[in-house]
Order: sequence, then C-alpha cells, then structure tokens
Amino acid sequence: MQYQSQAVAKPYFIAAIALFVGQVLFGLILGLQYVVGDFLFPEIPFNVARMVHTNLLIVWLLFGFMGASYFLVPEETETELHSPKLAILLFWVFLVAGVLTVLGYLLVPYATLAEITGNSLLPTMGREFLEQPTIIKIGIVVVALGFLYNITITVLKGRKTVVSTILLIGLWGLALMFLFAFYNPDNLVLDKYYWWWVVHLWVEGVWELIMAAILAFILIKTTGVDREVVEKWVYVIIAMTLITGIIGTGHHYYWIGTPEYWQWWGSIFSALEPIPFFMMVIFAFNMINRRRRDHPNKAAVLWAMGTAVMAFLGAGVWGFMHTLAPVNYYTHGSQITAAHGHMAFYGAYAMIVMAIISYAMPMLRGREAANSDRSQVLEMWSFWLMTVAMVFITLFLTGAGILQTWLQRVSENPQPFMQVQENIALFYWMREVAGVVFLIGLIVYIASFFVGGEERRLSRAGGSAAPAPAQARKE
Amino acid sequence: MSGGFTKSMARNIFYGGSVFFILVFLALTFDTGKALPERDKREIINEQVALGKIVWEENNCIGCHTLLGEGAYFAPELGNVYKRFGNSTEAIKAFIASRPKEGVPGRRSMPQFNLSEEELEAVAQFLKYASEIDTADWPPNIQG
Repeated sequence: MQYQSQAVAKPYFIAAIALFVGQVLFGLILGLQYVVGDFLFPEIPFNVARMVHTNLLIVWLLFGFMGASYFLVPEETETELHSPKLAILLFWVFLVAGVLTVLGYLLVPYATLAEITGNSLLPTMGREFLEQPTIIKIGIVVVALGFLYNITITVLKGRKTVVSTILLIGLWGLALMFLFAFYNPDNLVLDKYYWWWVVHLWVEGVWELIMAAILAFILIKTTGVDREVVEKWVYVIIAMTLITGIIGTGHHYYWIGTPEYWQWWGSIFSALEPIPFFMMVIFAFNMINRRRRDHPNKAAVLWAMGTAVMAFLGAGVWGFMHTLAPVNYYTHGSQITAAHGHMAFYGAYAMIVMAIISYAMPMLRGREAANSDRSQVLEMWSFWLMTVAMVFITLFLTGAGILQTWLQRVSENPQPFMQVQENIALFYWMREVAGVVFLIGLIVYIASFFVGGEERRLSRAGGSAAPAPAQARKE
Repeated sequence: MSGGFTKSMARNIFYGGSVFFILVFLALTFDTGKALPERDKREIINEQVALGKIVWEENNCIGCHTLLGEGAYFAPELGNVYKRFGNSTEAIKAFIASRPKEGVPGRRSMPQFNLSEEELEAVAQFLKYASEIDTADWPPNIQG
C-alpha cells in the first residue's frame, strides 16, 4: 500500500462481501419459491425476498465502487485522500442505512414501512429497484455527495490521470441520474420513462465508465503496460459505451406507451451496445499478452479477464439476444430478461468489484502484493465455481424463457401464465441447483481470505522473475 | 491500436460523441413528451387512479408482477389484467380481496393485503387505466 489513507477501502470491501452473501442467500430463497410456491409464506413473501435480493446487490456494488475509489484514487493522484475520517463516517452511515432498510423490508409489511417513513409526503417507493423509503433515498444522496466531495477534492489537488477522470465522470453521473428516483408522476408512462433514466443510464451508461476505470487501473498495475496505451483504449471503449448506450435506452421504450419510432432508435443503437463490451475483452487480453512483468497476484488477473469476458457474454450477447423490437415483442418481461440480468450483473459488476478486491485486499492486509499460492488457488477455484454456476443459471433461465415465450405468447393456443410456470418448473429446479453451486463458490471465496501460507512477492529485477513473454517476442 | 490514431483523438471522440448523443436523446425526449398525450391516456387519470397508483406502489405489487412487461416475473402481467378479467374492475377487486391469508399449500399465492374498499376500487381503476395505454399492441395476446 503506497498511501496510508487507502486503508479506508478495507471496511468497504468487507461490507461488500458480507452483503453479497446476503444477496445470494435471498436469491436461493427466491429460486426455491419459484418451485415451492408457499416456501416461507406468508412470513417472507416473494416480493419481500426479491427486494432484499436486488437492493443488497445494488448496495454491495456501491460499497465496492466506493472502496475501489478510495483505494485507487490516492495511487492515481499520488496524494493522500482528502479526508479519511469522512470516508469512515460515511461508511457507517451507509451501512446502518442499508441494514435498517433491509430490516424494514423483512420485519414490517411494506405498506407499514411506507406509512411510518412518510411516503405520502413524497411518494417514491414501490418501483422496481427503487423500493427504499424516501428518507433512505435522501440519505443515499447525502452519502453520495459526501463521498464525491471527498474523491473530487482529492483528484483536484493531485495528479490528474485518465483513470481518475473517467472514474469521477462515472461517479458523478451515478449520483446525478439517481435524482430521477425522486420524480414519480401519476402518469404511469412518464413514471416509467424517467425511471429508466436511473436504471438504464446507470447500468448501461455511467456504471460502465466506473467499470472501465477500475479495469484499466488493475491492468496498468498488474501488466506494467504503458499508461498511454491503456488510456487510449479506455477512451475508445467508453466513447462507444455512451454513443450506443444513451440512445440505447430506447430498447425500454417499445411497449410502455411511448411513440413507436423508439422501436427503430432502440433496436439500432442497442444492437451496437455489445461493441464496447467486446472491445473490453480485446483490451484486457491484449494488455495481459503485452505485459512487461508477471504480477504475483494471479487471482486478480484472472478476475480482470473474467469480468471482461462475462460482461461481454451477459450484457453483450444475452442483451443483444432480445433487444431487437420484433424479438422483444415476444420476450419482453419473460425469464429471458431474468437470464440476461443475472449474467450481466455478475459479469460486469460483481466481477469487477471482486477483481479490485482481489487486487487491493492483500495490500490492505499488509502484504507486499499478493496472497500465498494456497490462498490464490482457492480464490481461483471460487472464481470458476461461481462463474460456471452463473453460466448454468443463465442457461437454465434462458431455456425457461424460450419455453415460456413459446407456450404463453407464440403457440396457437396460448396458455395462462401460471400454467406455463408449472410446465417449465424443471428448469427452475435446475437453476436452483446451479444456485447452490454458486453459494458453494462464494463460501470457497470467503475461505480463501483465511488461508495462510507464504505470501507471493513482487519479483525484483534480476531476481528469479518469470520471463516476460511480451519482450521475448517481437512486437 | 495503430500509430495514426492518438489518445487525444480518442478523447475527443468520447467527449464529442457523448455530448452529441446526449443532445439527440434530449431532443427525442422532447418529441416524446409532445407525442405522449395521444398515447398515455392522461385524461383518464383522476384522483382515484392516482390513489390506485399509490396503493400499487405501497404494497410493492411490482415485486411479483410485471406491469407493461416491467417488474418481477413471478406472477402474471397486469397491464392487461382488466381485459383478461372480462373488462371488469369488480373481478379484479374480488380477486385481490379473496386471497387466503395463509396462502395455498405448495403453490404460489398472492398475499392478503387487507385493502379497504376505497383502496380496492382505486387500484382496480388504476389497472383499468393501465390497460388503456397505447402499448403498440403489446402484449401479443390476452395471456400477457
């Protein structure tokens, strides 16, 4: 660790992993409720478990993004963080707010939660992913502003790099777009139109900037490739992200009452959205092939490659699969959507956070650069277990989605929703089994933090450094 | 990337391209705003429908159902439930009111939300309004 204040990232990463565990446990509850309909009913009905599942996802990723920022911004700017104390204070505020929100979901009926938090004063609750009580949303804005203040001042006083600039644009965009969560008109079409400004412009917009910045940082550090090369790549990737992704919002405006020209705008631009993800794959592999040194943290490099590939598959390929309007007419709001959502979030965002945790945590725990070989091997096992499990979750949900679409919307005698659900239950069972494997992977991941052994050190020049293949070859 | 293409060119594409497409998006949003009154049936929205939307939100209906295809995929689409229930708000009210408190053994069941008569009527009117929105002929059939 080069700067003392980077240490504030550690609690953020630990909280992220803890909440991730909660998310996965509730995911297993949901998966079981799909096939054993009365499981935990009426104590934890499906909608409550789903809120916990999706909200924990968002909160742990935000913890991950904030931890990543606190870790990488001092190194990028070559200066200490403006206020480590503020960072620790905001950590506790955010954690307490997050835990209270989840407890609120679980302990009282949602309508009661709405009542006691004064939702009638400024109704913002009860919309997908934005279920948090209004007062919690205001708290999120306050935490975000404090966080952005801290990071922005640090960047302003230090060295300016492309990585920290892109990260800042992404983080400010994240905070700005969240403000649309407070706009909730009676008009359902307008409500939905601007709801997507939070949801789509986050995950298919500014979050991709954050992901690209974190990925670039990890690649610079682990490969030693010249910063100029990395930065050029990053600019092109995020240019393509926003050029395709902003108008790509139109793929949500096909069937919600908006004008039908959105079917053209949305189809054409969102069909191009896989491009930046594909470029990220080429970028990551290219940098690693051209590496000037072999970093001892193999696990971090594996996560970095993995996130690029899985983001391309989940967001790019699975997104493209149902993004063209004539296809989406049949698949909209089916298990196809769920399949895409799972692999895209895991690939693009869960994995980038685990990549930065993998890179940063050994140093935050006082090691020079990396964990022991034993620990890394276990971590790589967890990588494969979780990633392969997610591939199968996605495949089973895709199978379910294809059948659902056919039985309910295409065949000559369309069946009612609930009847279709029973007919495709086998796929939900298989998804649940894959989910259990995912949980095992997550347990192995956590176990890898507790495995000792002699740490892997940076190879010194002239020492027993592994050969650097890029230099051996003619470039 | 080849030597002719410099970092500053890449940076300019990023900033220029982003600003350009933000402006295009805002222009399309402006145009959508002008076109919406023809499609979103805003003339139907009265106090009762507005209350219905609040009831819909404060009971987190979107946590199981889809509405115009958005939401959770655990329970049926409700954008067209008014039509599926024979154009009857009474049928919608009766369904919601009659959910068993303890659920149905082994099966998915909607919770009993203990809505008042006013809330029941309001949420049914809200779903009727949703069914009138011009959704470009989605969903493909009455099953949603």
